[in-house]
Amino acid sequence: MPIKAVPDLVEEIELTGDGAAIDREYLTFVLNEWDGQALEEALLLKDAGGAEVVVVGLADDPDIDQFLYTALAKGADEAVKLVAATPLGPPGPGGTSGADRAALVAAYLAAHPADLVMTGVQAADDLDGQLASRLAALLDLPHVSVVIGAEPGQVEPAAKEGGHNEDGGASVTVRQEFAGGRCHELEVQLPAVMGVQSARQAPRYAPITRIRQAMTAGGLSELVVPAPAPGNGLVVRQLHRPETTGGAEMMTGSAREVAGQIVGLLRARGLVKASAP
Amino acid sequence: MSANVMVLAEHTDGQISDGTYELIGQARELAGALGGATEVALLGRAELAGQLGAADIVVCVEHPALGQYVPEAYERALLEVLAQRSPRLLLLSNATVGLDLGAALSVHWDAPLVAYVSALEVDGGVVVATAQILGGKVLAEVELPAERAIVTLLGGAFSSAPGAATGPGAAAPEVVHVGPPASLATLRTSLRRVVPAAGGDVDISAADVLVSVGRGIESQENLGTVLELAEALGVPLSASRPVVDAGWLAKSRQVGQSGLKVKPRAYLAFGISGAPEHLEGMRRSELIIACNTDPGAPIFAVAHFGTTLDLFDLVPELVDMVRD
Repeated sequence: MPIKAVPDLVEEIELTGDGAAIDREYLTFVLNEWDGQALEEALLLKDAGGAEVVVVGLADDPDIDQFLYTALAKGADEAVKLVAATPLGPPGPGGTSGADRAALVAAYLAAHPADLVMTGVQAADDLDGQLASRLAALLDLPHVSVVIGAEPGQVEPAAKEGGHNEDGGASVTVRQEFAGGRCHELEVQLPAVMGVQSARQAPRYAPITRIRQAMTAGGLSELVVPAPAPGNGLVVRQLHRPETTGGAEMMTGSAREVAGQIVGLLRARGLVKASAP
Repeated sequence: MSANVMVLAEHTDGQISDGTYELIGQARELAGALGGATEVALLGRAELAGQLGAADIVVCVEHPALGQYVPEAYERALLEVLAQRSPRLLLLSNATVGLDLGAALSVHWDAPLVAYVSALEVDGGVVVATAQILGGKVLAEVELPAERAIVTLLGGAFSSAPGAATGPGAAAPEVVHVGPPASLATLRTSLRRVVPAAGGDVDISAADVLVSVGRGIESQENLGTVLELAEALGVPLSASRPVVDAGWLAKSRQVGQSGLKVKPRAYLAFGISGAPEHLEGMRRSELIIACNTDPGAPIFAVAHFGTTLDLFDLVPELVDMVRD
């Protein structure tokens, strides 16, 4: 379960003076929300079948200890923090690039193989692409992204549909979602990598007392992994904030005054009944 | 390497997707600027080539495993196409297929990838992509290397190409066949069944007005505030993805790329920042009124009217006025 810290999007994002990066000094970081969904799905699999859940973060991610301990408090069995053996190449605009992140996690997984790797389908700062499929490619594993539920399965030898899955063995049955809610139900042989969009239920809550207990108990291990070759082949010219000119006409005044303007706009279009129920 | 720009066609039930036409529209512009041709990779359904009239070349791979989208099968077939055709750029949708294949192809084809792209241009021979990261709050201008690159494009950001060949002297595209790779016989992923979208209690795409709520609502308990407004107006409550993923509202209420595309006469957005995936689903609404405390929220770029008031101050006033 690789997890990642990302800037809290509820807050305003500031850029550095030269426009080359995001100013991280005063930013609040949160757990990537899709990683939270992936963790929940992993814990549901554990609840159902006794899987062991290992959560993996990068030591360079801000506040990563807090997110790893929270995962332990929710029911993960082990938490590992990865440290690159030598300094990484230049970071992406938001920190460690996706390519470097995938290489570090792949190095860990090569030494500590997992049956199923689950991570968030994307993160808001994935400029150079998403972790799940990059990781799968580095490890030569099958992968599915935009997963909205996974269940253990068992591949029969000499399977269906043109003889695919010719070897028997453990598998997972997943639902992959497309626009509008249509899904493909796929059977994937393990080991495999999943990019999770949403878990079958909302992520569970970890009370602060249990997180404190996890912190007191320790259980967060640190591991040095080989650093990847630097660079993802991209040259970021500059970052800038989107132009909002030409967009909305901003309404000012008290809440009552603005409400009056909005209701006026709707009434002018006949969209508010004279006396609504 | 050629100067050609390639698009992966997505299709469902014998129809090429709308998003594919947007990709082709953009590919044609880039290919024109680079002096190359527009190629479309069409996997599993060669008979759909007739729907791809705006392409110069349609590259078909036929195999029973490619009839429906299966990530591993598509990845292996597309790698074969890339190896044989060597385009300069591969364009994918920044939706399920692009999220699935983009980064894996980046590794296997040894080509950098830029995701969340909303604009592409050729500047002095260099292809420059503009990516909307951090929920659209930051734009990154990125130079792509000259050899090869992959780009995943946001839906709704580009003009569509027509399905049929048009214009004077328009010719049907050349159709090229690439043999399926032997590796399609040893897939580790198989499609068990296609599950249609579940219907909801209400069809938000049919509503004249939508009251829509996003992450700014903060908790399920707070939903009552906006629900009261929706009820006062007699319209459905819809939401952006975080509210649905948190389990606070049903999937049938979700507006956006992975939810429903809506075009009501009025769309009232409360606490929605306007991530590109959400804007794709509602930007064509006739009237958009957005309420978000962050003046830099991308929703204000597509809204007609906006306010930075706190939704918890504004919505009760709206309820009072609508009921008066």
